[in-house]
Amino acid sequence: MTTQQDKSKIPPEQLKRMYRDMVRIREFEEACPKLYSEGKMGGFLHLYSGQEAVGVGTAHALRSTDYMVAAYREHGLILAKGAHPNEIMAELYGKATGCSRGKGGSMHMFDAELRFMGGYGIVGGHLPIAVGIGYSIIYRELDEVVVCLFGDGATNQGVFHEAMNMAALYRVPVVFVCENNGYGIGTSVERASAVQQLYKKSCAYETHGMKVDGMDVLAVYSGVREAVERARHGGGPTYIEAITYRFRGHSISDPGTYRSEQEKKIWRDRDPIPKLGNFLVETGLVSADALKKIDTEEQELIRQAIAFAEESPDPAPEELWTDVYADDPAAAGQEIS
Amino acid sequence: MSEVTCREAINQALQEEFERDPNVFLLGEDVALYEGSFKVTRGLLARFGDRRVIDTPIAEAGIVGLACGAAMTGLRPVAELMTVNFGVVAFDQIFNHVAKARYMFGGKVAVPMVIRAPGGGGNQLGAQHSHSLEPMFLHCPGLRVVVPSVPADAKGLLKSAIRSDDPVMFLEHEGLYGTKGEVPDGEHLVPLGKADIKREGKDVTLIAVSKMVYVCLDAAKTLEKEGISAEVLDLRSLNPLDRDSLFTSVSKTRRAVTVEESWLTGGWGGEIAALLMENLFDDLDAPVLRVGGADVPMPYNRNLEIAAIPNPDAVVGKVLDMFG
Ligand SMILES: Cc1ncc(C[n+]2csc(CCOP(=O)(O)OP(=O)(O)O)c2C)c(N)n1
Ligand SMILES: [Mg+2]
Repeated sequence: MTTQQDKSKIPPEQLKRMYRDMVRIREFEEACPKLYSEGKMGGFLHLYSGQEAVGVGTAHALRSTDYMVAAYREHGLILAKGAHPNEIMAELYGKATGCSRGKGGSMHMFDAELRFMGGYGIVGGHLPIAVGIGYSIIYRELDEVVVCLFGDGATNQGVFHEAMNMAALYRVPVVFVCENNGYGIGTSVERASAVQQLYKKSCAYETHGMKVDGMDVLAVYSGVREAVERARHGGGPTYIEAITYRFRGHSISDPGTYRSEQEKKIWRDRDPIPKLGNFLVETGLVSADALKKIDTEEQELIRQAIAFAEESPDPAPEELWTDVYADDPAAAGQEIS
Repeated sequence: MSEVTCREAINQALQEEFERDPNVFLLGEDVALYEGSFKVTRGLLARFGDRRVIDTPIAEAGIVGLACGAAMTGLRPVAELMTVNFGVVAFDQIFNHVAKARYMFGGKVAVPMVIRAPGGGGNQLGAQHSHSLEPMFLHCPGLRVVVPSVPADAKGLLKSAIRSDDPVMFLEHEGLYGTKGEVPDGEHLVPLGKADIKREGKDVTLIAVSKMVYVCLDAAKTLEKEGISAEVLDLRSLNPLDRDSLFTSVSKTRRAVTVEESWLTGGWGGEIAALLMENLFDDLDAPVLRVGGADVPMPYNRNLEIAAIPNPDAVVGKVLDMFG
């Protein structure tokens, strides 16, 4: 757990940046439901509100050359990794200017330059991919690290165990971050996992296991930083369980009747954004006005992202056939027959 | 007769079979407390309790394997895969275990189970959530492959599937759960392996399953205006395949177009076309043509997705091509 002393070691500029990043994600996510209801976006929409501390704390513990791999609740994660909101909003609009050029959508964001290696929609499917990226790192004798984020539900998939075992066996520089938000859709962790303390699932593979408060960005940051440094120096994988909560339903269409109002309130009261904001103001690192300014700047940024997405073009119809193979089959004149 | 949705029809089938046979049980992700991510299993937990209506972890291979073991020892599990796209996680269990057990153990064991799995596109769910995988299961001996279109069929076929001593892939369409239709009152069974003519015609047979049946019915209306009378043959199950109805219809119309949502390449349409060529070559006035989903991972963008899924215009265009 992070102590006051740890906090004081983080430069104020970085603390401010963490605050800004969390606000950006929240503003982005909270703009989406309205746009969705207006038909601007389609498909699933799994919002990250409430879990910002996990993504931002994790991203801040990484170098820009480190990789991130995620599931489908990843708008916030790719933003934390440094994506411009324009490209993320445009992807949700299915526009050609989106980070996956309108072909991926909410669940399949990607940015090679930022080393954000994808959002994936099959629960657990991306865990071995992270191990492969880690293997590629040691193969090429680089000192990079890959962080893989996934939900509590994913830890019950067979592929989770395969990935954990292989990561430990080959000693790859992977940090697994389980975002335990208590539920996989409507099924609570208690009803889905024989082991309640999910970080203990690391024991079977003798990897480092750690539990952090996922509602506290600094706790996440210090936990992930420790794991990342260990991985970078040949110490092998770590499995971190971050205890968190999603403020909204599983997806936009989830009625969410399986969680009590009381439970939701308890977690809302632990909102990671005011938590850091209050800390910054109370310790005199940032004035209340400066904090407000960050909020308004981020709101404006999201407004601009919406405008950008609105104005962007759809992918051309021929795009249906491109990107299936390395040599472009559009030239082969395929058609829907 | 009463008018119900496919969702309700499937729910009725489950309730009736639960009632009839205490060895029938259901397992899957979010099927009990949450009542299904498409609300198909509404009311089941309340009525039958958590011994028979089981919420599982997200573990498709485990779900199917558990069902297989239970089926081998006399139970009749219905395993729900939240969508068939996640069913791919369980392919090993389905292909190497469920489908083969009877044969490789010399016929000494049965695997009487149903795997219900919705699929299909049209909701912008992207590349990992939108496909129809019927042909993959059709390819595998030992599996029955049932693909209902209208509520009455969904109900009657599911009841037969649960009673079948073979493992049945029961492939629903996400886009049809809310679709209404008349369902006969009382016990209603539709045998596996009986196709159904959903519209009579004399010039061409449109062969389809699931949502594409509706696409063909729409296309048939347009073709009528062009002076072409199209018969719409709903296969209802791909295995067992009702060759008699297929051959009877096509020898009458002398022309056939298969229409499927699954990827065209390696799709079931090719199989039907080959069968028609092998058996009815002399009766055909034109080569059998195929309409199918674009051979691409489903794109998210709305317009691209629309272009990737066969629609009535694509069917009409294909038929008009055929008539030159
Ligand atoms: C293999 C597979 N099975 C089922 C699903 C359907 N599904 C999507 S999200 C989800 C719950 C996942 O929960 P968790 O891993 O805790 O992540 P969270 O949504 O809470 O972030 C399920 C069951 C899927 N996408 N992939
Ligand atoms: Mg979860």
